[in-house]
Amino acid sequence: MSNILVLVEQSGGKLRKGSLPGITFGQAVAAKGGGALHLLVIGHNVKAAAEEAAGYGAAKVFVADSPAFTNFLCESYTAALEAAVKASGATLVASATASVSKDVLPRLAARLDAAMASDVVAVVDASTFKRPMWAGNVLATVQLTTPVKFCTVRGTEFGAPEKKGGASAIESLAVAVDLDSFKSKFVAFREIKSERPDLATADVVVSGGRGVKSAEGFKTVEQLADLLHAGVGASRAVVDAGWVPNDLQIGQTGKVVAPKLYIALGISGAIQHLAGMKGSRTIVAINKDPEAPIFQVADYGLVADMFTAVPELIAGIKKVRG
Amino acid sequence: MKILVTVKRVEDWEVKIRVKPDGSGIETEQMKYVVNPFDEIAVEEALRLRDAHGGEVVIASIGVKDTAQQIRTALAMGADRGLHVLADSAVDPLAAASVFKQLVDEEKPDLILLGKQAVDDDMGQVGTMLAEKLGYGQASFASKEDNLESANEKNKVPALKVQNGRVEVMREVDGGIETVSVALPAVVTVDLRLNLPRYASLPGIMKAKKKEIKERPLSAFAGATAPGVKIVKLEPPKERKAGIRVADVAALVEKLHSEAKVI
Repeated sequence: MSNILVLVEQSGGKLRKGSLPGITFGQAVAAKGGGALHLLVIGHNVKAAAEEAAGYGAAKVFVADSPAFTNFLCESYTAALEAAVKASGATLVASATASVSKDVLPRLAARLDAAMASDVVAVVDASTFKRPMWAGNVLATVQLTTPVKFCTVRGTEFGAPEKKGGASAIESLAVAVDLDSFKSKFVAFREIKSERPDLATADVVVSGGRGVKSAEGFKTVEQLADLLHAGVGASRAVVDAGWVPNDLQIGQTGKVVAPKLYIALGISGAIQHLAGMKGSRTIVAINKDPEAPIFQVADYGLVADMFTAVPELIAGIKKVRG
Repeated sequence: MKILVTVKRVEDWEVKIRVKPDGSGIETEQMKYVVNPFDEIAVEEALRLRDAHGGEVVIASIGVKDTAQQIRTALAMGADRGLHVLADSAVDPLAAASVFKQLVDEEKPDLILLGKQAVDDDMGQVGTMLAEKLGYGQASFASKEDNLESANEKNKVPALKVQNGRVEVMREVDGGIETVSVALPAVVTVDLRLNLPRYASLPGIMKAKKKEIKERPLSAFAGATAPGVKIVKLEPPKERKAGIRVADVAALVEKLHSEAKVI
C-alpha cells in the first residue's frame, strides 16, 4: 500500500488556486494505486487553509504551522515536508509545479535518495508518468524506480480537484525549525500584486509580444484583457525589455497556461513560447507577419496590425454582448 | 574566489526535435549541440565575479566525448579550466548531483553556479539536489533588478552580491521577487535575466585550446549507477487541429462567438 503526500501551497491563509491540481493528481494516483492520500499545508496562522484542505477527501491533512514558516525558506519548508513524509509513510510525494515545489521537492528527494519527475502531465500508474521534454516537443513516459518517488505536476493538465463530502482529520506536525541554524536567510519579498486573474487558472489569457513595441503599447493588451476579465501574459522579449514584470512570462521556462481562450497579440510564436501555451483550448493570434510561427498553432489567425485590430475587436465583442 | 560552474551539452533549440519512430530516442542525424543556454548565463556570471573579486572559474560537465566542445566554449568565454566526466549516456539528476558533489569535495569552490534547468530534459533538479548533498544553502532562479539594457549590464557588473562570506541573491519566484542571503560556500541556480552571456572572442578561442580539461570516466565516481528515472519511451506531443485564417476582425468575432463559443 503506497501512501501519497501532496504539498498544497497557501497564501494569506487560503489555499493557492494554482496549487490545487496537486490534489487532483493525488486523488488520481490514489484511485489507481490504492494508497491513502495525505495533504500538507505549511505556513503561519493557516488553520483556515487546513480546514479548506480537509474538504478533498484525504485520509489526513497535516499542518506545519509556526512563525518560522511565515516566509518561505527552502531549508525550513523541506524540514516540514520531511516530517510529513515520516508521519504519513508516503512513498509518493507531489505538488503542483511552482517556485516553492521546484525548490523543496528536489531538496527532500536528494535527502532521501529518491527519484523525481518534474512537471508531470499524465499518470500511467503509481510509479509511471508522462512528462514533456525538449520544450514540449517530446512527451516522455518515465518510471521512477526508487522506493520513495517525487513529482511536480503541471497544474493545467490536472485541473481543479473534486470536493468530497465530510472533513479529513487534521493533524498538527511539530517541526523543530531553528532559522538561525540554516545557511540561508530570508531577506525580503517584493510582491507583484495584480487585480487580474492568476495566469495559471484564468479562463482567458491575453498575451503580448514584441509587436507591442513599448510599455505604452502593452496597454492595448491590457485593454482587451480588462474587457474579457482575462489574465495578462507576455512573451520573453517583452519581459526582457522591462515593459512588464517577469511574473507575466509565458513559456518553457516561465509559466505554462492552458486557458479556454488564449489571445496572442504581436507574438511571433517561438518554440519556447509555444511550450507555455499550446495546451490552450482556443488560440487566437493577431500578428502583422503572415509567416509568424504562432499561426501554426492558432485556431483563428488574423494577419493585421494589433493596434488597429484590437480596438475593432473590443468594439465587436461589446456589440455581440449587446 | 573559486567558482565552479556546471555546463550541459544540449541539442540546439533552433533545430527541430523529432522522435524516432520506435520511441527509443530522438533523431540525432544532422543534430547541432550547444551549451545549455542557462549554463552560459551561469558561466557569464562566474566570469564577472572572478573579474571583480579575483580567483578562478572551473567548468564541470558530465557527458559524451564531444561534450569537450561545450567545455571548450566556456573556456573560450574566459573560464580557466575544465573537468569532463565521460559518460556514454545521459545520467539522471540524482546521479549528476552525486558526481558534482564529488567534484566539489575535491575542488572546494566558494560558489557553485548552475543553470536553473537544462532545455533538453527540463527537469530543473540538479542544483537543488547538489545543494542538499553538500549540506549547503541554495538560492535558485537568480535574477537582478537592472534590465539587460542597463549600464551595469553593459559594464558586466556581477548581479550576485558577494561580501562578508555570504552571497545575496534576488530570485524570480511566483508572485514577485524574493531576496535571500546565503552563507558561502553556496549553490546558486541562474535564471534568464541574470545577464547576457558574452560571445567567445577569437583570441579567447585560441587561448582556450591551451587550457586544461581533465577527463575522467563516470565509473570513477560513486553513486552514479542505476537510473532512478527510467525513460520508458518517447512520443510526439498531441497535435493541434489545423486552424484557419480569418479575413478581418468582424470574421474573428463571428467565429469566436458562434463556433468557438468563447465570447
